[in-house]
Amino acid sequence: MKSYIAFLLGLVLLGTSCSRKAALTSALKPTGVGAAIVESSGGKQFAQTGSLLPQPVVVQVNDEQGTAVAGALVEFSAVPGVTFDPASALTDSSGQVTTNVSLGGMAGRYQITASTFDKSHKKLELKLQEVALGYQQTLGRHLNDQYCDRCHNSESTAERVSNYDNLEVKPHPFSEGDTLNKMTDADLTAIIINGGPALQKSALMPAWGNTLSKSDTQALIAYIRAVSDPPPSRNAGPLYVRTAE
Amino acid sequence: MNGKPTSLWQKLFGDSVRAFGVVSVIFLLSMAIAPAKNFFSEWRHYQHGYLSMIRNRSDANTLNRHFTGGIQQVWLPELGVVDRCTSCHVGLKEATLTDVASQPYRKHPPIPHNLDQFGCTTCHRGQGAATTVSEAHSSTLAWEQPIFPAKYIESSCGQCHRGQLPGTPQLNLGRALLARQGCLHCHIVKLPDGNTLKATDDPPSLSHIADKTSREWIFAWLKDPQAYASTSTMPNFKLSDDDARDISAFLVANSTPIGGDTVSLSAKASADPAAGASLYGESFCASCHAVQNAAGNIVGGDVGPELTRVGTKVKPEWLQAWLRNPRAYDPGTGMPHYRFNDGQVATLASFVQGKADSDFLAPVHLEPATPEQIAHGKRLVSDYGCASCHEIAGIKKPENFAPELSRIGSKPVTQLIFLSGMQHTLPDYIAGKIKNPRAFSPGLKMPQYTFTPQQIDALTTALLSLNDRSYSLPPSLSVPGRVETDYQPAGKAGKLMTDLACFSCHRINGHGGDMAPDLTSEGSSVQRDWLVQFFKSPGTLRPALIRRMPRFNLTDSEVNELTDYIMTVYQNPKVDRDSLPLSGYSQGQIELGKQLFYGKYSCQGCHIVDTKTDKGYIGPTLTQVGSRLTAAWIYEWLKNPQSLRPGTVEPNRSMSDEDARALTAFLMSQKGGEKSSGAAAKTTKNSAHAQEVAKR
Repeated sequence: MKSYIAFLLGLVLLGTSCSRKAALTSALKPTGVGAAIVESSGGKQFAQTGSLLPQPVVVQVNDEQGTAVAGALVEFSAVPGVTFDPASALTDSSGQVTTNVSLGGMAGRYQITASTFDKSHKKLELKLQEVALGYQQTLGRHLNDQYCDRCHNSESTAERVSNYDNLEVKPHPFSEGDTLNKMTDADLTAIIINGGPALQKSALMPAWGNTLSKSDTQALIAYIRAVSDPPPSRNAGPLYVRTAE
Repeated sequence: MNGKPTSLWQKLFGDSVRAFGVVSVIFLLSMAIAPAKNFFSEWRHYQHGYLSMIRNRSDANTLNRHFTGGIQQVWLPELGVVDRCTSCHVGLKEATLTDVASQPYRKHPPIPHNLDQFGCTTCHRGQGAATTVSEAHSSTLAWEQPIFPAKYIESSCGQCHRGQLPGTPQLNLGRALLARQGCLHCHIVKLPDGNTLKATDDPPSLSHIADKTSREWIFAWLKDPQAYASTSTMPNFKLSDDDARDISAFLVANSTPIGGDTVSLSAKASADPAAGASLYGESFCASCHAVQNAAGNIVGGDVGPELTRVGTKVKPEWLQAWLRNPRAYDPGTGMPHYRFNDGQVATLASFVQGKADSDFLAPVHLEPATPEQIAHGKRLVSDYGCASCHEIAGIKKPENFAPELSRIGSKPVTQLIFLSGMQHTLPDYIAGKIKNPRAFSPGLKMPQYTFTPQQIDALTTALLSLNDRSYSLPPSLSVPGRVETDYQPAGKAGKLMTDLACFSCHRINGHGGDMAPDLTSEGSSVQRDWLVQFFKSPGTLRPALIRRMPRFNLTDSEVNELTDYIMTVYQNPKVDRDSLPLSGYSQGQIELGKQLFYGKYSCQGCHIVDTKTDKGYIGPTLTQVGSRLTAAWIYEWLKNPQSLRPGTVEPNRSMSDEDARALTAFLMSQKGGEKSSGAAAKTTKNSAHAQEVAKR
């Protein structure tokens, strides 16, 4: 009973501390309605916790025929801590809305929802996932860029020519969740520290145990788990989804 | 009704006994408030919540054992930390709570520091001693330090770590921008260790500008530097047409010619239209200079200025003189003296002059300047602090032109003036100032920069790390960054190295750029004959590299001078280059080394020895490594690459002495020779690929 009262009091306190939250009423008047909302670009990006995604998120509203609808109201939402600039807007002449997204302060996956209404005022939703990298994953990303990426990433950039095509046995891109999710942390540690032969794999993967420290290896694994697509079933880190209001 | 209060009063305080009783009861009740307040405190509520959360977990016993009720505190007097955060954030140090996503019970994510040694507020700010949620996290009237938004958290690392850290890309970028974008020319930043941050950019002197460019160009540039070159670091001062007219008038009138810095060449440019482009390519101008291609992408290095419209800017006779010897116009330039002959100068100059954009100057029409305009221009140059960045004859570099930023990260919010609609926090203020400085007051002089939102966040992070706490932390915690020395090689070779601007790309003894290999140990690693050959015709060692060593057209005596100096002076004490022979290894050893190369160590993943079978792109091509490197260097490198070149990508394989000896024997047997033509073909193909990639 006592704890119940304390709990209620806590709720009241929490309530008062949140009372400053401004009521957000959209002043935008939609001039069009669509039948579907789809992603144009910007899903599955990585950014450091609390930071802007490198590219904006772009969504498009289409009608029944798949033609872009201008003037439809699109609203973005996610767990508190994720910010959108703008949080709601009308689609432009090409049916698109572009928003800059800053992720929350915790490392993990964030679900962001873009929504609009169809003719019968039914809510249409598009769910995207973005990944926030904490300190460990950020360090892992740095190590990946320095040591791993040139073989494990088949894409070349202006600054870095990929070595992927030159290798007889192809390395696994770190986003390849279907393969890497089956490997335990211990497996990944063994292959990073002792090289491919440790798991009866190619010697083209050298042993990094004398070059990378233990915490470096852990950071790399944290990064690999964070960028894995689909996410691993275990140790994926939290998924932040906004619960119904 | 009217009588009742009186009778109630009578009942309670009618006589002294009643009064005493009632007062006692009130007193007792009020005494009970203190424990009740304590009982209903927030932290107690969260501790109850924690206990009921862990009750049904499999690790409940361990977690219960670790749990101690009551107010918890981390007290670190030397850091000024009194942090009670763990009173509510109970599971912060519990390794098994990785699956808990809700606050305040989350485990702290892994960081390289122990929470008990640094506390919480050292990094997160907030009020450590507070015992309520709002006092701990929010800024109230009594407290100046709200909890830090996650996006700026890396600034806290910068309170102690002065150098680059692998896990703090945002802080690293912010600091680089601070040094590179000119901020430090006007703003002084003193560090707690007594050093002052130094700018890494070097804005050009304007004392002889009329030799180089026209008044029309100066006008257009002042109006909008980014319209001329999108990568320009010159900010936009939002000048009116009249002000830009008068400043350009003053700069031209104030400019003095330097003798011998313009030439009119008798030599004609090559008739072959492709000759200029190929000389530009062979000289690897793109390693330092960028050009915007047809697709709108900026391709090339950022050491020198972008050249997309340079033909619109520079005068032909100045350009020719500059290409012949840039040090005649600017003794401190980072541009090498290429020793082009007159024909090459004419060919390259006409190619570079062709990178022009006639639209840029088309709308600019200036009447001849009046003395009043020139005088007004001079006043404006002083007012805007142009001499903070640029050397201008007759104008002194202003001192304390802009506010010092040494402790900007602790500036009290009460001293700030915010724009309407802005959140009243220090990070928002700093970011707002960087984004749009003139919005804060029309009279402000700080110019408009063109930063991306990510760059603004990075700069804000770097500035927030300059705070009071960084001064009050014990100096023993401070981790110095890489120190740039003022190393300067001596003698004739030293002069030659300055003339060739070796330090624009190479680093030696802690001085110089990072684009090309560190040469501090070059004398121990390479063979003399190879180095001589390399100076005469710098081949490519790494097939996938876009930025390469240019050919400097050196004379034989210059090559010998440089080679002798490098071979003698730049030695690594760990490597005795005469301890192993350059040839004469047994066939058996060579064969064993070959097996190790292709089998156990699979070096072909990154290196090429046999151009027919190997494809590795990452390390240098090894087809003639036996003619290039010393055996002693190869052996030491195989044993521990990072000891010779810290941070190199080659992994340390902790090779046995036998394996390292056999691999050394195999590699020393790769002398090039008949294979080299194939290697050259392969290299050309690969570099063609690299250039193709660069074009995208």
